[in-house]
Amino acid sequence: MSEKFDQELDCSGLACPMPILKTKKAVDGLNSGEVLKMTATDPGSLPDVQAWTAKTGHELVSHAQDGDKFIFYIKKK
Amino acid sequence: MEAKRLAIIAAHGSMDAAYPPLILATAAAAMDMEVAIFFTFFGLEILKKGKADKLQVAPIANPAMPQPVPGISVPNIIGVLPGMTAVATGMMNGWMSKANVAKLSELLEMAVEMNVRLIACQMTMDVMGIKKDELIDSIEIGGAATFLEYASKDAISLSF
Repeated sequence: MSEKFDQELDCSGLACPMPILKTKKAVDGLNSGEVLKMTATDPGSLPDVQAWTAKTGHELVSHAQDGDKFIFYIKKK
Repeated sequence: MEAKRLAIIAAHGSMDAAYPPLILATAAAAMDMEVAIFFTFFGLEILKKGKADKLQVAPIANPAMPQPVPGISVPNIIGVLPGMTAVATGMMNGWMSKANVAKLSELLEMAVEMNVRLIACQMTMDVMGIKKDELIDSIEIGGAATFLEYASKDAISLSF
């Protein structure tokens, strides 16, 4: 699966809550409508990114799993 | 109605007790919530300059402490022996860094950067003889009313 994105963030190897903290920082730096591609290996990142986007109002455009990697495309509101 | 604030009390100063308030505070700030942590009693240790990464884990009276060697049971009473706190802390630090968990100092820095209010309890500072200059900068000093006024406005409140 490939989506267009404007910025990429690799959170591989990081444990909770760092992927969410770094995602927040990266999305803050985007313009409205731009997409962040974030990669994480923490299995907890899937429910956490879903919860984070639900709470903040940013859109989780899609997500996928590739081996031990979780890939998220997040569009800034 | 959605809560917009997280109001946390951190009352303990062991390493394992220091993680949950800092993890939840930074995660809540990342979720655009306002956050305050009220540090009282031994929780003040977390705010002492240079102390966050030196907090220890108590092996005694901690039956949930995982065994150093899986499958070999070490009686909890062993924890009273001199040096066992350092052993348990070293073991726990090893597991944490293997799992790539952020250090407490990093989480504390993130909290400051994300405008989490760090409130040191004046009364317990006096009780334990802790001076403001022993604590990291970017804290404020307050009392029970300071925390309660904050927590009384649409806050989720947690105590650790």
